[in-house]
Amino acid sequence: MAQYTLRRLLGAIPTLLLVVVLAFLLVHAAPGGPFDSERVLPAEIEANIAAYYHLDEPLPQQFIRYLSNAVRGDLGPSYRYRDYRVSELIAAALPISILLGALAMLLAVVIGVGAGTIAALRQNSIVDRVVMAFAMTGISIPVFVIAPVLVLFLAVKLNWLPAGWSATTGASRLLLPVVALALPQIAYIARLTRASMIEVLNSAYIRTARAQGLGTYAIVRYHALKPAMLPVVSYMGPAIAAILTGSVVVEQIFGIPGVGQFFVTGALNRDYTLVLGIVIVYAALVVSMNLVVDLIYGVIDPRVRYR
Amino acid sequence: MKPIRWSLLVVGWLFVSGCSAGDVGDSQSLLHRGLASDPETLDAQRARSVQAADVLRDIGEGLLAYSATGQLVPGAAQSWEIADDGLIYAFAIRADARWSNGEPVTAKHFVLGLRRLVDPANAAFYASTIADIVNAGAIIAGDAPVGELGVVAIDERTLRIELSQPVPYLLSLLTHPSTFPAYDTTGNVDATRSPLSNGAYKLASWEPGSILRLQRNEYYWNNAATAIDAVHHHVITEETVELNRYRAGELHTTDNVPSDNFAAIKANYGDELRVAQYLGTYYYGFNLTRPPFRDKPALRQALSMAVDRDVLVEKITGRGEAPAYSWVPPGTDNYDPPRLSYADLTQAERNSIALSLYQRAGYSAENPAQVELRYNSSDTQRRIALAVQAMWRETLGFEATLISEEFQVLLTNIREGQNTEVFRGSWIGDYNDATTFLSLLLSSNPANMTGYASEEFDSLIQRAAAQVDPDRRRLFLEEAERVLLADHAIMPVYFYVSKHLVRPEVQGWDDNVLDYHYSQHLSLDAAH
Repeated sequence: MAQYTLRRLLGAIPTLLLVVVLAFLLVHAAPGGPFDSERVLPAEIEANIAAYYHLDEPLPQQFIRYLSNAVRGDLGPSYRYRDYRVSELIAAALPISILLGALAMLLAVVIGVGAGTIAALRQNSIVDRVVMAFAMTGISIPVFVIAPVLVLFLAVKLNWLPAGWSATTGASRLLLPVVALALPQIAYIARLTRASMIEVLNSAYIRTARAQGLGTYAIVRYHALKPAMLPVVSYMGPAIAAILTGSVVVEQIFGIPGVGQFFVTGALNRDYTLVLGIVIVYAALVVSMNLVVDLIYGVIDPRVRYR
Repeated sequence: MKPIRWSLLVVGWLFVSGCSAGDVGDSQSLLHRGLASDPETLDAQRARSVQAADVLRDIGEGLLAYSATGQLVPGAAQSWEIADDGLIYAFAIRADARWSNGEPVTAKHFVLGLRRLVDPANAAFYASTIADIVNAGAIIAGDAPVGELGVVAIDERTLRIELSQPVPYLLSLLTHPSTFPAYDTTGNVDATRSPLSNGAYKLASWEPGSILRLQRNEYYWNNAATAIDAVHHHVITEETVELNRYRAGELHTTDNVPSDNFAAIKANYGDELRVAQYLGTYYYGFNLTRPPFRDKPALRQALSMAVDRDVLVEKITGRGEAPAYSWVPPGTDNYDPPRLSYADLTQAERNSIALSLYQRAGYSAENPAQVELRYNSSDTQRRIALAVQAMWRETLGFEATLISEEFQVLLTNIREGQNTEVFRGSWIGDYNDATTFLSLLLSSNPANMTGYASEEFDSLIQRAAAQVDPDRRRLFLEEAERVLLADHAIMPVYFYVSKHLVRPEVQGWDDNVLDYHYSQHLSLDAAH
């Protein structure tokens, strides 16, 4: 397995390199530069700024400069946040985004699997219908609708929770964003779990277990849950990607200084280095999360072998 | 099931550790302000955005400052003298002006600050605003060393500024953060790289994308008059999000107010809503370097007259904006803007004149002019463009194709001057003087987006610049604007207003055209 992991990690390098090249070209192809505004500057000052950030060099030279710094861990100066290096900004933002994403993922799996299992056990009952109706709603309402509604009721009307990140330093500021981020995933995972659990519960070996007199809890806990989780685990990769993109929206709405918010402001301000840095981080995150999912797969399903 | 136990723990911890939704007013002297974006830097000389300047005015101070009502008042300088020819200014720095580390602020620090501003190595955005200081232009262009700047520290407490031509608004420029003093050549940081300030507050922490926390600067010369101990600038880019946070009680003041449901906000918040005249003009520009607008003032006038500005400001923007019939906004110091010739006619009268001008320019309903109207993607811009398009079509039969572009793309297109025909623009005054608007249309100004080039206009502005007498100068400037308006190089649409929500307990918040609200002028009244 160690060998497999190493091979996958090495295989990720060309992928990342390709992502960097494409992102670099795309960012520079977008019209407008980081220092454009309605207040056009005198040519001398403009030249001074371009020289300061090496924007006057030919593109290949800029790319080589960027790449050679990047491999040493320096993602360059941010054009938008001039008092900061991109590495500093990402180092501050990434833990926040990861905490947010991990909590949302945890919440989604726990509640989604729980609700899905209950629905499967009480198939076609009222409970099942309520859970599935809730899941359907969760899937169809986008995050940018859910989040403001949550804010409106729980923060503005009831005043139970802060409406924005900077209002407090306490952990209560995590609750609304995590819920907003997790809700669509809860819904999806609940539906997946239900379908897969129903299939497993109808299989021959579960009937055997019942015949042996095992209770429902023991059957689910020791026999049904693991195989029923396989589709859910496969969905983890896309789910992590969805939470990453969802966090872009949620971080905007709650004013969370995470990677997603910097990605948006960076793109709008043509902050080339910031956008590139975040693309690299996102790409690395997606690649490594896919690897983690593949490894978990092996833990759950003994038939999977890594070569 | 282990995951369930974990999640219960996590959820429990979340609730226990902070169910106190951040109510304002926990501490009477902590002020929470909304800020529409992060400052791009707190290096006073290199900063450029309105938001950076808002924060910098809290943590720094120039030779002069503005009072709460927008009057020039002494800042780090307690007094000054101006030579009769208007070319030499001498400032007396306060004996008790201090940095936040306790060291005195001296004339030398102001020399350093202004040198940093023109130093090409710093690529400072506002460098050209002080280009009339002796040798500044040559230094910016890299043709002279920074040491030759016409700013001299005569002694610890006396600063002398020499100009190459009179700048009647120099004193207001010296309130601008770009002219703040610098502790050393690297800016306002001490040997340990921690930030220094000479203003009423000092920076305690900055979490980009979230919050800037300021604390009282104990060494500030006017510390005794500063009421609020700490200021939190909350970075909130979305106007609706900011409104929600204000409603949730997390902010004392907002940086903006959303235009959607403005009427409802007005009804709900009454006196908490502060709308005031602001030095900013929203306009449509014509590309004068290419057909169809080159050498066609009649066509431009027809289009300008056919736009019913009252409808735009009442039905679309609706936040108290005033229809614009001049380029320089009213409220500008020592200036009375001339108005477009047709400003006093009714819209029906304007429309019929517009139609005949349009026909005289060689167009008709059968042979309509067709142009592209570009604006930056946003709901308000789109609605204004749609209305203008309809007004032009109904009144003149003029066909405009709407093109929505991302802001940076629009700017590039305008600058290149190849694709644009009519474009949406806006201009916000950098200082309170008519030249901040008028100089935009000088043929020599690279920011002149229309390509307007009038010898008459240029020479009037130059003659104004040579005047020492403010009244004579003003006459030349007003005459220049009259020329500009008669040429219809641009179509002023409306004048911006500043808009904020301010909680009743906030005292000392006065409306002013510059929309400057120093935290040191504010206080919180416990009675509310």
